[in-house]
Amino acid sequence: MSLLSVKNLRVTFDTETGPVQAVRGISFDLDRERLGIVGESGSGKTMTGRAVLRLIRPPGRIEADAMTFDGQDLLHANDAQLRALRGRRIAMVMQDPKYSLNPVMKVGHQLMEGLRQRDHASKAEARAKALAALEAVQIRDPDRVMEAYPHELSGGMGQRVMIAMMLIPNPDLLIADEPTSALDVTVQAEVLSILDNLVKTRGMGLIFISHDLRLVARFCDRVLVMFQGKIVEELAARDLLHAKHPYTQGLLNCLPRIGGSREPLPALDRNAAWAR
Amino acid sequence: MLIEIENLSVTFYTAGRHVRAVENVSLKVGAQESYGLVGESGSGKSTILRAICGLAPITSGQIRIEGKPLPTPRGEAFARQIQMVFQDPYAALHPRHTIDRVLSEPLAIHGLKGSDRRIEQALIDVGLPPAFRFRYPHQLSGGQRQRVAIARALMLEPRILLLDEPTSALDASVQAETLNLLSRLRIERGLTFLMVSHDLAVIDHMCDRILVMQHGRAVEELSREALATANMTTPYARALFAASADRMLKGWTMPACPFICP
Repeated sequence: MSLLSVKNLRVTFDTETGPVQAVRGISFDLDRERLGIVGESGSGKTMTGRAVLRLIRPPGRIEADAMTFDGQDLLHANDAQLRALRGRRIAMVMQDPKYSLNPVMKVGHQLMEGLRQRDHASKAEARAKALAALEAVQIRDPDRVMEAYPHELSGGMGQRVMIAMMLIPNPDLLIADEPTSALDVTVQAEVLSILDNLVKTRGMGLIFISHDLRLVARFCDRVLVMFQGKIVEELAARDLLHAKHPYTQGLLNCLPRIGGSREPLPALDRNAAWAR
Repeated sequence: MLIEIENLSVTFYTAGRHVRAVENVSLKVGAQESYGLVGESGSGKSTILRAICGLAPITSGQIRIEGKPLPTPRGEAFARQIQMVFQDPYAALHPRHTIDRVLSEPLAIHGLKGSDRRIEQALIDVGLPPAFRFRYPHQLSGGQRQRVAIARALMLEPRILLLDEPTSALDASVQAETLNLLSRLRIERGLTFLMVSHDLAVIDHMCDRILVMQHGRAVEELSREALATANMTTPYARALFAASADRMLKGWTMPACPFICP
């Protein structure tokens, strides 16, 4: 049995001009592996990630034929059951540290809050664990960062703080929503190797959401390509260079290459028929 | 040389400690050249652009444009010559000003006539429909906003554009469109670019010469050819090259986790 199983997931928003479907009937299974979800903004990849944790607020609606995590029904779980899952079993790293960290709370407090609340850790114990988590994401000066407010950190540091926060409870499934797009390449490689190591050593499942197809392909085992709320192609990451779908090829080709030609980059073809 | 930066240092003093953001960096950019600054976050590359604009305190060194040192405060003549495009198109546009107001403000400040015609032309030049003129920023997508920010920078017809990570907040496909737009404008208007990015592939696509920075210092200057052939001399530049996302497809292996995970 797979860790996470999603059948015919739909996310709908009721707007003044009628319902808008952000995710339109997608199905996938996930084991303890690295699954990439790629697409442009607006393709529904973030909504897919949030729907797994039922983090979509009204007027948004989540519908699916089935959505189970480790044998547990996510669709009909009550609030208490969801609370037990969120963070502890399924964690999510959000896209933007600027909006996802509490701006008026020191980073150290935010890191320790969960430990104190959830694990009833003592203050000293929580602090030690928080420091260890910061060191694990290669923050050079964890003592300073613990005492800093989020606005005093750069984007890359903020992102690493969020990853550290999500890894403390040792989740079975990590949903990472563009965890490295705010980071520069050297840090990006570091963060990816941290995530990679976690999947390998802890047997964690990972959903890696990104718009950077090459990065995902290098890093994940399997890739889902989303376009306008549907999966247009699913492929093993190593086959990416032989992608068949023109949308996938377009996503690959619009990235500049070192030593590539200086010709204008090819524009992405968006054919609405693909999403029908 | 159009832009000459000599031994520039920028130090920020905060309570109890000082941060040397830029230390002794020198560079020269010729007219109509495109020059790139790369490095990790916190390496001081954006601070150099901000120092040029007078947004960061210069502690020592000199910046000259066409041989003349920059006046402090920078003044109107400076604004006509140099403009900056910022990283985050969501933060760079006033949320309660229409695009029309955003674009007409520089014209009003500099007393330029014919704002109607100029604004319409500016929107067309960056590939936006003129009907966008009376929209607010929240009614535009990220890529469209960055186009507005570029249009605003070009309103006074400057010679030099300072580009601070102009596409890092954008999707891959929108990034391609924005880079194409910048390349086209550079050729059409004979602009000089000083561009900051952490993405080596983007810098390589856009720039003729590249300065690699780390911890506020210049590490190595590379020509485009040297970058394409991986002909760099310092280990840091090499590491940056190896970690670049577009290298990852070919023969790149995940580095071993160099520490114990919690």
